[in-house]
Parts: sequence; structure tokens; C-alpha cells
Amino acid sequence: MNLTFSPEEQAFRAEVRQFLTDTLPDDIRERVRLGRHLRADDHLRWQTLLSEQGWLGANWPVEHGGPGWGPVQRHIFDEECAAAHAPTVVPFGVNMVAPVIMKFGTPEQQAYYLPRILDNRDWWCQGYSEPGAGSDLASLTTRAVRDGDHYVVNGQKTWTTLGQHANMLFCLVRTDPAAKKQAGISFLLIDMQTPGITVRPIITFDGAHEVNEVFLDNVRVPVENRVGEEGQGWTCAKFLLTHERTGIAGLGHAKQALRHLKSLAGRVEHRGKPLLELPSFRQRVVKAELELMALEVTNLRVIAAARDGGAPGAESSLLKVRGSELRQELSELTRRALGPAAVAFFPDFLYRDEPLDAAYAERAAASAQYFNRRKLSIYGGANEIQKGIVAKTILGM
Amino acid sequence: MDFALTDEQRMLEETLTRLVADRVSPEQRRARLQAPSPGASSLWQTFAELGLLHMPFSEEAGGLGGDGTDLMIILQALGRGLVPEPYLFGLVLPGTLLALTGDDAQRARWLAPLLEGEHQLALGWQEIAARYDAQAITTQARQKEGQWHLSGRKDLVVNLGAAAATLVTAKLESGKLGLFVVPAGTHGARSFTYQTMDEQPAGDLTLEDVLLAQEHCLSEDVESALDEALAIGRAALCAQAIGAMESACDQTLAYLKERKQFGVPLATFQALQHRMVDMHLHLEQSRSMAILAATSLTLANDERDYRVAAAKAYCGESARFIAEQAIQLHGAMGMTDECHVAAYARHLIMFDHYLGDSDYHLEHVSDRLSAA
Repeated sequence: MNLTFSPEEQAFRAEVRQFLTDTLPDDIRERVRLGRHLRADDHLRWQTLLSEQGWLGANWPVEHGGPGWGPVQRHIFDEECAAAHAPTVVPFGVNMVAPVIMKFGTPEQQAYYLPRILDNRDWWCQGYSEPGAGSDLASLTTRAVRDGDHYVVNGQKTWTTLGQHANMLFCLVRTDPAAKKQAGISFLLIDMQTPGITVRPIITFDGAHEVNEVFLDNVRVPVENRVGEEGQGWTCAKFLLTHERTGIAGLGHAKQALRHLKSLAGRVEHRGKPLLELPSFRQRVVKAELELMALEVTNLRVIAAARDGGAPGAESSLLKVRGSELRQELSELTRRALGPAAVAFFPDFLYRDEPLDAAYAERAAASAQYFNRRKLSIYGGANEIQKGIVAKTILGM
Repeated sequence: MDFALTDEQRMLEETLTRLVADRVSPEQRRARLQAPSPGASSLWQTFAELGLLHMPFSEEAGGLGGDGTDLMIILQALGRGLVPEPYLFGLVLPGTLLALTGDDAQRARWLAPLLEGEHQLALGWQEIAARYDAQAITTQARQKEGQWHLSGRKDLVVNLGAAAATLVTAKLESGKLGLFVVPAGTHGARSFTYQTMDEQPAGDLTLEDVLLAQEHCLSEDVESALDEALAIGRAALCAQAIGAMESACDQTLAYLKERKQFGVPLATFQALQHRMVDMHLHLEQSRSMAILAATSLTLANDERDYRVAAAKAYCGESARFIAEQAIQLHGAMGMTDECHVAAYARHLIMFDHYLGDSDYHLEHVSDRLSAA
């Protein structure tokens, strides 16, 4: 056993780091560093640069225009991006719908949609959750009724992240209400310009507009926009939820957050000494450090298993639970490190384009991010759902 | 980056797993613990025949040159069966120190028979007043007319009663730490033996002006070798705890599936499922830390000690969590002496008290926390 990266992998890391130094625009780097929202154009500028480098479809095979990286390279890439304050690639197209189209789509769908994802012509969003279907996703009721060459879709989707910028929606709909609940679901690709679609913002308790409600009122979707067979939508959804989730712990983000925390707590003073020397605070930082060490090795174990041909299944649930808990703890400690300064709130700076004095800008995001990070243990299958998966698939309970 | 075992390591793991299953059933283990003389058991002889006693030592010292991973495989298998044989405290720790400090004659006298299974040893490095600090001890060694005079007391010496000799640390006039071999029965050396809470034979060794010839001094500056031996011991102990945690989890899961209340198996209750999953999460994260420790033994001393301390602190807390959950999920049955998991809980709780507890090791990490 050894935990060291090979010389080739280390060279790859150096290459990624150099690319980020050379290519990531300073204004975007600074926005990410300060925890400000990116404008749609910021995302597109960065993803275009990645696309030109051939690195946008990091988990795509070469035949579809990906770099053909394995899980180790993807891990290194994610880590370096987080360390460099690069934006996270908006995942809904590249990482979510694309693998489904590759696996279940027709050759025509692949030829049309995949290049449009890779050169950022389409911005995808996700229509999964509904007001009545959260953890119990298969109970969704958005209805698609066949009418000639079209489906007529009626219903409501929610928690649609960055849907306000999207022009395409991948959507789970019920095509057969008589079938057993998972069996009656189909997977549709919907143009957001189609009449009958309304997107309404949901403002979360950090003051941010990240997620949306999407209303579908007699929306006509061509039958050719269905991926897979009618009634196969749940298979697509499950595939998407388990596909290549070796990065789900958010290790790079956790490492970056811990670095930031130590740096901050080393500068903030408590009774004339760095806060990091206050025993009760330091103890929590030390515990976070240990948890991160353990999470990193666990993550590497899962990555190595994936590299050697194993499919990461329920292990990704472990990574999700522990990764989200750690990142939430780090956001809590970062907020606490600011002390009374954590109370001030500058939403116009964080979410819109208002400028802010540098001293305030440096600490503006801490509390907002604490609230925002509560999502980590809720989205993508709440941690309780993840524990249910572990109980069932690993422990056979 | 590679977590796979080599073919030899897989064979070692299979051999040991089979051996433990065949020879250390709960009943066999109980009988063994109740046997009057602890000494070398037939299982120890089997260890010798399988080369396990040679495994953790360098080829230069007459061993097989096994690495941290080999040691991890062995200890994990022993931990799974809660095997009473003192592999770590009677062999690995004193043997490592002999290999690091002994000259040819000393190795021939004490190390070679150890590796052949002809005798066992013990290591006295701890004193209660110093808690887990290997340096802050008060036992003294003074050289007079070509002989060493040792006075003081070494506490919690595991395997003391069965050891042909105990390696003892003592402060020298130079202020440095020396290491001496004190053969069993040496005049002035008095043993008070007892069982530990987790059923290991141990004892305290009182030294009243014990006279030792020059050849009994292994080192007049043993600090670095002791750090190395303790790092190896801590990594090994983490691996042993992983084995015990695995078994405690397996036993608890089996019990939840079999035991019925309210007309259904306990395993169907979500509150219990999530507890069981939490145990599993602690186990897997601790396994990662044990791997981290096992693969760190050849690193530079500071990095090695940092990672080993992190692993020992982490595993100590997980071991307690798993032990407490295992008892709770077994209900009152888990508190009976008859229940096998109770022995694992005792071991997993006491694990934290050997070779430095979580507080001790957290302090080590805290003192060296990197700025970035």
C-alpha cells in the first residue's frame, strides 16, 4: 500500500496548476475567493476557457470530446480548481444530463446535444424535485400525456438550481399513472423557451437567488426529446445519481475551507493573541483537520477502487455524509472566527454587483456561506436518505 | 497510490483469518484466558512456524523485513478475534527496540530467541506519574564501578509475568534516556502482576537498586529509537483496534437482524439502522486513519509522528463510539460477561489507554498544526 501519487500524476497536477495560474481570469478568481455569486457571463467565460483547453467534459470519454481522464486525474483537477478559487463547473449539463444521454440517448440525441454542452451553447437545469416529491422522488406527479408526436406536460418542479440562466431542462415526468410508481416515469429534455414554462425565484435564508420553481402549463415537448424508453426514466435518474460520484465528498472545497479557516483564525485576535491559540477553538480546528485527513484517505480508497474497475456505489453515500458534515463544520468555524464582524450582511455585494470596501469584502461571505452550506446535507439525497442506502445496500438491513 | 495488497499479503491475511477462526473461538479464547500459566501457548508456536514472529523485523536484524502494511494485516486479524497472545507488547515493541539498539551479542542473547518463539519479552516505558510521556520519568540509572544501578518503578508493563526479560527506560546522569534489559528474577526487581480490564496480563516492576552488568545496557540515548518503536506500536495498535471494531460491528449487525421485538427484527427500525450506519462510518474513517499510520512509518520522523498521533487520536474516539453503540444496540445482553461483544467493548474502550490516549495525541497534533 502507498498513498503517494505517481510521477505522472504529480506532473498532471503541475500542469493543471499552471493552466489555472495562466488562464483563470483574475476578476473571476477574486469573486470566488470572496464568496460572491458569479454572473451568468462569469460562468460562461470560465467554461469557455475550459472548453478550449478540452477540459470541460472532465468525466467524458475521448470519443465524445472529453479528455479521457480517470478518477485520479479528475480528483486532482477538482482539488486544484478549488485551491485556485476557480468556479465549480455548472454540473447539470456536463456532469448530469450528458452521461445520461451518452448511456441512454439515441445517436441523434448524442450528436445534437453533446457538442452543444461541450461548447456551452446550452445551459441545462434539473427538473427532479417537486413540492410533494423530495426524498420520495418517485412519488412525483408532473404529468406528461401523449398527444400525437408530442407530450403535453403539466406540473411543478422545484429547487431548480440556476434555472434562471438555463435554456434547457431535463425533467422527470409521469407518463403512466397506472404503473407502479417508479415504472411510470420518463425522462424528457425540454426547451425552456417552449410556451407554458414559468420560472419563479426562491430566495433562500442566506438572501440568495440560487434555486427556482419551474411551472409547466400545457408544455408541448416533442416525443423525440424523450431519453430512453417510456417508463425508463427512473433508471436514467438512478444512473445519474450514482454515476461517477467519487468527487461527492467535496474534498478540494473542504481543504480550501480549512486553509482559509486556519489563515483567518491565525490573523483574528482574541485577547491579544491569535484566535487559533484559544484552546476551545483550536481543539475544533484540530478535530476538523483529523476528519479531513480521514476523509481524504477514504476518498482516495474509493477513487483507487473506481480506477481499478470497481463501481463506486454506496461508498459514495459515506463520502457524501462525512464530506457534507465536515464542510458544514468548517463553515460554522469560519463564521465563529469572525466574532461580532460575522453579523454584518452585504447582500448587494455578495449577490449583485455593488462594490464594497475591501475590509468588509474579505469577511462578507462567512455567515451567508454558513447558511448556504446547510444545503450540503439536504441536496442530492439528504444524509438520512444516504444512511438508508448504506443500511440497505452495504449492511443488508 | 495503491490500496491493494500484494499476493503475499493476501495470503498472509487469509492464513491469519483462517487461523484465528479455527483456533480462537469465543470458547477457546475464554479457556486460554483462564489457563494458569500465560507463557508461550501452542498458538504462539504456530505463529513461530508461520514466520509471524520474524515478520515485523528487518532482515538485517534476522527478521523478514515486513512493512507497516504487513504489520497492519497481522494486527487487524488478531484484533478481529481478540487474540490474547501478546504479539504487540511481548514481541513487536521490545523486539523493535532490541533491533534498533542492541549490539550483536545483545541481539543474539535476547532478540534471536524472541524471533524463534523461545521466549517473550516486555517493555517498561511508562510511569503513572508521567501519564503517557515517555521522557518525564523518574526511574534512574547510575553507573558505578562498571555496573549500572537502577532505581524506580515502571507501571503497566503488559506481559510482565511471562517475559524472560523486561526492557526498561531510565534517566541517566547525562539527562538522556537509557534503555536496559532487566531479566526476570533479577535481584532487587520486584513484580506486582495483575490482569488489565481488557484481559491482558500486566504488572508493575519495582526496581530497588538493581545491579546490571554493562552488557545489559542497550542504549544511553534511546529517545529516537523509542519514538520509532512507539510509532510502530501505535500504528499496530490502531490496526488491532480496526479488527476489533470490525468484529463489534459485525456482531451488532447480526444481532439486529436476528433479535425480534414488537414482532419484527430490530434491523427494521430506522433509528437503529442509522446508528448502525454511524458505526460503519466511524469504522471506515478509522480504517483510513490506520492505513495512513501504517504507510507513514518510513517517512521522516516529524511527519511520521504527526500522522500516527492523528490516527491514534481518531481511532481512540471511534473505538469508544463503536463500543458504546455495540453495547446499547445489544441491550442488557451486551452488558453480560457471557456476551462476546462485551469483551470487544472492554478492549475498544481500554485501547485508548495504551500508548497514549486521544487527549495526548490531539495535543501532539495541535502543537504542530500547520498554518496552511
